Amino acid sequence: MTQEKTTPHDNKGYLNMELLRFTTAGSVDDGKSTLIGRLLYDSKSIFADQLEQVAKSSERKGLDHTDLALLTDGLKDEREQGITIDVAYRYFATPKRKFIIADTPGHIQYTRNMVTGASTANCALLLVDARKGVIEQTRRHSIIASLLKIPHVIVCVNKMDLVDYSNEVFEQIKEDYEAFASKLEVKDVRFIPISALNGDNVVNRSEEMSWYEGSTLLYTLENIHIGSDHNHIDCRFPVQNVIRPKTDKYHDYRGYAGRIASGVFKAGDEVTVMPSGFSSKIKSIDTYDGAIDEAFAPMSVTIQLEDEIDIGRGDMIVRTNNKPDAIQDIEVMVCWLNGKGPKPRAKYILRHTTSEVKAMIKDITYKLDISTLHRNEEDKEVGANDICKMQLRTTKPLLADSYSKNRITGSLILVDEGTNETVAAGMIV
Amino acid sequence: MSNYNLTHIKELEAEAIYILREVFAQFENPAILFSGGKDSICVAHLARKAFFPAKIPFPFVHVDTGHNFPETMEFRNQYVEELGVKLIVGSVQKSIDDGAATEEKGKNASRNAIQTVTLLDTIEEHQFDACIGGARRDEEKARAKERFFSHRDEFGQWDPKNQRPELWNIFNGRCHQGENFRVFPLSNWTEMDVWQYILSENIALPSLYFAHERQVIRRSNTWLPVSDFITIADDEEVVTKKIRFRTLGDITITGGDESDADTLEKIVDEVASARQTERGNREDDKRSETSMEDRKKQGYF
Repeated sequence: MTQEKTTPHDNKGYLNMELLRFTTAGSVDDGKSTLIGRLLYDSKSIFADQLEQVAKSSERKGLDHTDLALLTDGLKDEREQGITIDVAYRYFATPKRKFIIADTPGHIQYTRNMVTGASTANCALLLVDARKGVIEQTRRHSIIASLLKIPHVIVCVNKMDLVDYSNEVFEQIKEDYEAFASKLEVKDVRFIPISALNGDNVVNRSEEMSWYEGSTLLYTLENIHIGSDHNHIDCRFPVQNVIRPKTDKYHDYRGYAGRIASGVFKAGDEVTVMPSGFSSKIKSIDTYDGAIDEAFAPMSVTIQLEDEIDIGRGDMIVRTNNKPDAIQDIEVMVCWLNGKGPKPRAKYILRHTTSEVKAMIKDITYKLDISTLHRNEEDKEVGANDICKMQLRTTKPLLADSYSKNRITGSLILVDEGTNETVAAGMIV
Repeated sequence: MSNYNLTHIKELEAEAIYILREVFAQFENPAILFSGGKDSICVAHLARKAFFPAKIPFPFVHVDTGHNFPETMEFRNQYVEELGVKLIVGSVQKSIDDGAATEEKGKNASRNAIQTVTLLDTIEEHQFDACIGGARRDEEKARAKERFFSHRDEFGQWDPKNQRPELWNIFNGRCHQGENFRVFPLSNWTEMDVWQYILSENIALPSLYFAHERQVIRRSNTWLPVSDFITIADDEEVVTKKIRFRTLGDITITGGDESDADTLEKIVDEVASARQTERGNREDDKRSETSMEDRKKQGYF
């Protein structure tokens, strides 16, 4: 297999590209690796030495074609066992966008990896085997995408070549999925019939499915509107560090460094610092390249205020007329990530934006069956990969919004004090 | 609303700055691993931006194999002075002299693997709890699985099966005494992103990255620079070629590409149409399919 590598970057447009982060979910059998390999290959993101390696590996396995799935092969253990054990990140670019793929394994025990990959994604790619239709795994992945509030979902109905490229099969799967997804909160769902193996509707339009009038997968990824995925309304600036150069030139400089979680901040804005509640005005928004008039998510900037207020890491600068809740009793949907489940009234370190507090699990309301959405209020034994609703009580108030309004100020993690491991991911209800 | 979009380069920059500020907040004694290569120069540039107008609050650590390009050393010294940061050098030669590391023998001997010994010793000596590096996930398949905050046990080892999940932008840098983290702010950058960033920020680089005339020999499908550290076999011919380096490792293992790209613009064009990965010319990665994975598990970055 040879291919001329023409470049996606050879125009000046490269500097104006947007970034789209998407996650792929599906099992080995769904052809997920083949699909990613196909996207990388057909978008000409594969280098000659990588392709050569894959060709060699294919040969060693006795295959008569170059198996594109091998492009996503990972660690030694994974190759030996033919599985993916962890989230792998892959990159490719077209002249329109740069893409970050969080490639997560689809086995039942790897919910935590899917949740991890989904937490930063704008878009989820779900694979459905055209021969099998909507199965339990499809439902599980969709529920996770919905819980994590991924703004866009693309259902790729794969292996269309094995069902004679049948329009009826595609429509039936679409109907089944829509019936199930109506119970979920996914705003934007699209369906694309593909064959990852043959490349139909992945990068190039299929000649076999003239009945399909929609876009190819790559075109869809390039054109999905992601401009509204950030919250540009509620101004939230969690302070990371205080910058005090103490040099002759900047003797009295005191700036608050951080990344804008949401909203748009402008010089001159009336702001309140939480939790202290003191108000001031933004004196300037500074960057290394000079002061700027306005800053929005997800920019990293340094803010100076007109008044001298005692501010430190964990404080939050917000607009005076739009504040987050300051809450100590917190209701969260939690994905448990650790093999060791929580004991009743167990205490953990809780991290939320740039603050760290202690938290106690007061109650587990229910465990969610992520295949059926059934809420189990009887069995509250929580283990790895379980999703449940919990009541937490913290030592100090969190400056929080609900996750559905704000993915940054609405998310938290729990850390085991003894092992320092991240044991749970939480979304504030 | 539609104006509130960042370009991908600006978004990557914001992400890296956020990571660097988290390191400063979460750790007692962090350092930047500075090799003088383009990726660590980018990290240094981003650190400068993250803490402006204050100085970079981290010392620079250079693991000196003794097999450096003289140009890289010159650049390193000048840059460190310009930034006003402290430079800590861990010497591989000293590790060898002390008996902590054993030099490889043979024609393709390199000090790449034993750098890990010196790195771990330097971390221990200075009690660093976080070392910031310029590694990227697009470089190599073992690196594709790395976290931004990569936890290392007290032996400096990476356990790919037992990594901390990283969700949203919440990073957990808590560790026990003696353990430490490697932190990679450029995790989501590709080679192309790095070059585009260097171009758009006009970042100074060692001259080795630009096409220049150099004495080289042909070995393992690449142009290997002639230096005091390699033994030239009888059947190898020294020639002068116009080359440039896509990555900078030790002078003994870093091969150059024939090139006319002597400006950043030309380099970006060249990288854009490159058909080989940048590490394709690195002998250290060619040894086996899992050489990076194996080295990382032992404490390499």
